[in-house]
Amino acid sequence: MNTPNDLKYAKSHEWVRFLDDTTALIGITDFAQNALGDLVFINLPEVGDQVVSGEVFTDVESVKAVSDIYSPVTGEIAEINEELLDQPALINEDPYAAWMVRVTNITDTEELLDASAYEAACAEEEG
Amino acid sequence: MGSYLPNSPDERRKMLETLGISSEDALFAHIPAAVKVDALNLPKGLSELAVRRHMEALAGKNQVFRSIFRGAGAYWHYIPAIVKSVAAKEEFLTAYTPYQAEISQGILQSIFEYQTMICELTGMDVSNASVYDGASAAAEATAMCRERKRQKILISGAVDPQTAETVHTYSFGSGAPVETVPLRDGRTDPDALCAALTPEVSCVLLQQPNFFGLLEDVPALAQAVHAAGAKLIVSVNPISLGLLATPAEQGADIAVGDGQPLGLPLAFGGPYLGFIACTKALMRRMPGRIVGETTDADGKRAFVLTLQAREQHIRREKASSNLCSNQALCALTAAAYLAAMGPGGLHEIAGQCAAKAQYAAARLCEIDGVSLAYQPPFFHEFVTRLPATPNAVLAALEDENILGGLPVEGGILWCVTEMCTKEQIDEMVRIVREVCVV
Amino acid sequence: MKLIFERSRPGARCELLPPCDVPAAEWTIPLRATPPRLPELSEIDLSRHYTALAKEAHGVNDGFYPLGSCTMKYNPRINEEMAALPGFTGLHPLQPIETVQGALEVLSTAEELFCEITGMDAMSFQPAAGAHGEFTGLLLMKAYHDSRQDTARTKILVPDAAHGTNPASAAMAGYTVVSIPSNEKGCVNLDALRAAVGPDTAGLMLTNPNTVGLFDENILEITQIIHDAGGLCYYDGANLNAVMGIVRPGDMGFDVVHLNLHKTFSTPHGCGGPGAGPVGCREFLAPFLPVDQAVRQGDGFTLEQSMASIGRVKAFYGNFLVVVRALTYLLTLGREGIPEAAKNAVLNANYLMHLLKDRYQMAFTEGVMHEFVITLEEEKKQSGISAMDVAKAMLDYGIHPPTMYFPLIVHEALMVEPTETESRETLEEAAQILHEIIDRAHNEPEALHQSPKRTCIGRPDEVAAARQPRLRYLFPLN
Repeated sequence: MNTPNDLKYAKSHEWVRFLDDTTALIGITDFAQNALGDLVFINLPEVGDQVVSGEVFTDVESVKAVSDIYSPVTGEIAEINEELLDQPALINEDPYAAWMVRVTNITDTEELLDASAYEAACAEEEG
Repeated sequence: MGSYLPNSPDERRKMLETLGISSEDALFAHIPAAVKVDALNLPKGLSELAVRRHMEALAGKNQVFRSIFRGAGAYWHYIPAIVKSVAAKEEFLTAYTPYQAEISQGILQSIFEYQTMICELTGMDVSNASVYDGASAAAEATAMCRERKRQKILISGAVDPQTAETVHTYSFGSGAPVETVPLRDGRTDPDALCAALTPEVSCVLLQQPNFFGLLEDVPALAQAVHAAGAKLIVSVNPISLGLLATPAEQGADIAVGDGQPLGLPLAFGGPYLGFIACTKALMRRMPGRIVGETTDADGKRAFVLTLQAREQHIRREKASSNLCSNQALCALTAAAYLAAMGPGGLHEIAGQCAAKAQYAAARLCEIDGVSLAYQPPFFHEFVTRLPATPNAVLAALEDENILGGLPVEGGILWCVTEMCTKEQIDEMVRIVREVCVV
Repeated sequence: MKLIFERSRPGARCELLPPCDVPAAEWTIPLRATPPRLPELSEIDLSRHYTALAKEAHGVNDGFYPLGSCTMKYNPRINEEMAALPGFTGLHPLQPIETVQGALEVLSTAEELFCEITGMDAMSFQPAAGAHGEFTGLLLMKAYHDSRQDTARTKILVPDAAHGTNPASAAMAGYTVVSIPSNEKGCVNLDALRAAVGPDTAGLMLTNPNTVGLFDENILEITQIIHDAGGLCYYDGANLNAVMGIVRPGDMGFDVVHLNLHKTFSTPHGCGGPGAGPVGCREFLAPFLPVDQAVRQGDGFTLEQSMASIGRVKAFYGNFLVVVRALTYLLTLGREGIPEAAKNAVLNANYLMHLLKDRYQMAFTEGVMHEFVITLEEEKKQSGISAMDVAKAMLDYGIHPPTMYFPLIVHEALMVEPTETESRETLEEAAQILHEIIDRAHNEPEALHQSPKRTCIGRPDEVAAARQPRLRYLFPLN
């Protein structure tokens, strides 16, 4: 499992890359993409939508499942990664390059983990 | 009593012995006695011959008309023998939804071919595997257009009333407001439409040809709909598309309709076939089953049910529709019909329908006091005003085993298809004349 | 196999219509720019195409079809002949009432008989499928609550084991769905149910026997809890084949019922439809049923429109020819045949389960009705063989696999419903095959992962199909 040190992680398997204090890129982790299997589609929110920490902001589809993605931060969608709409496989290939949304005006974040804490959490989940 | 149980009483006894029980009743022993019923108040079972006699007697109580000049949502067309024989094939008749692609390629391919033909007919990019009927197709299409800030549905007053009622009923569920756009001279009033196109309107439902058989200026209406940021759903008669501009050419985002004219019998209203086709942009909002092409491990072409993550068995309460089946056998019938007709045959039928409707209208209008209620052009249905009551006219036709048009506000809505010969039309006109000219 | 478009030859055609005997139409309207690219075929090519397609399909007549929850029983031929009578197929739906008395008698008689079977007071045949019936039934409940200005009832309770259409239908009807957990026996958890009900409860949707094939013995208590809270009880008739003629939904306390005529009453599934999902209800809900209702009036029949009706959920009166088939079946089986069919459906399921239970782990073994659920969870851990692998292996033996991965509360599930119209011999052969498959799972697991081998294609690439959807034939550019 790949868990870069320069990112923060949510227990619900999203990663956060802060660009500055109130702006961040969000995607799903290697652990998550591996568990979900081959992704075939991603629904992305619209620019301007408000997202709330701990609440669902989008979902991803594999052939026979759909999985909610939770926002680790509270803020506003400034940009979506439109490339993923055509090539959801990018998330499977390189989950940390395949950011989903850029969020600005971040006012709140949930309790985020560093790489080692997140890896420990994943190990616990796998039992 | 008839029964379709293959096991003899003796075999059943042996099976019960294997299970270590004395009778089938033991298998129901855990069901509370309070909910069990002793015996149903049903008639005793009958032999096949007795049932046949009974059902034939029921069928015999109906009148099958020799000539039919009534449409209004159900159309009398020729059904080629080959189409009936394809639809009766027991492999298709007795199979279920093709969940197991490896043993269902024939079914999946037939649906893929159907989807392609619907795209060709309508000019749209994507078709699903079919839905219940044209009315429910329209209702499902309105749900495809719904957005958070746009909920309202506009329906032209010239949409088939049964379709409009179905959209209303579905909206009772969803809570989406529905408003009817008034008519001017039998067609959607463009000014009224523009006035109704507020920012909360998600979609507009038109019918082409409309319920009165008239052709609407859909491209002009489409422009207004799109300028207001709403989507356009056009309900079409598939036979007319042998001739008329496609919904895509006229600016539709979604085309819907009833496929009954494509080889399905009138059958007192069903089963029929609903089709939905849309632009690529709306593909993921399409409800129901969809078949797609892929390959197997050896690279061989294969067909599968696809885009399933839209559907109820995966999204459950978050699915946009609860559809979990389609009218596959009816879709197969329609595809076989379209293949039997080919492009030339479909063009010929559409042309004959239009020609015969124009001929019948002209002959009817030769009668003193009979006139067209609305300005042409129309396709194969038209409304006439009459100097006599519609009931008197229709009763006289019924006496000759002819089903006349449908009484509507302002007169009678007639329909003429390729099934009506010149002699049958002339005979109908003669009877109408006798009632009208006293 | 070639697509029908690839068989097309320019100029080939079927000769079907006489020349037009009136002058050609005259008009100036927008015509289509290009004709639709429909295939051009002679009749023999067309006939052979569909015969070839039929050979790549598996129907009930092709072999054993134990698809759980779908009741793939034999479709009697007499039903087809009766549905093809010109006195039924030739009727325009808007004919004058006096000319369709036989058709209205079909609907009215079917209503009486199905009401007797379900313990309901009235029934509409308009819904075209089970899911359509669910939606209709929920709208009846909504209209009822509305009629009493009881508008705070916004929630529908659905067990977590329910079929996906239940929550989807509830959402379409504008309700919020509350999922009720199952207990360790696969039945409704009564404590959870009691905790979930309240003044916002519009109703409950339930199948009984439930989706794991067990009869919920607490059924009277369940429906009482809902009624005490002011809600209504909806019976999903998907599994009625297990208990028809033995237990009636009405006697269990249900207020609304839908039937699947294509399951329980032997009308053919037609590759996915047309079926019929008539909705029955108790007297107090009857005014809300869809229009139009066929009713007896004096010596004849008429169509009635109730002012309180929810409207219509499709055009006309439903899939009429499907009702003709179901009525033919009902009259054939009659008073004795209906419960006998149910008893044999349950016997066949228990017999097949008995033949398999030493080699396959069952999710539940006590009180199994017309279907049973195998779980391969342990097997997968040990040998790596999944429910999918067993199902795909069955394809090579000419058996349609059971329902896979449903219900969701059982992992690696295979849900088996043999139905009453299978012989003991067929069941024993199927058991033999399943034993052979589990042997192979242990001896040559890799071969099982690769199965099927004898079908016209191998496992298709569903990921590619969903990532790059190709939903229509692309004509070659020339």
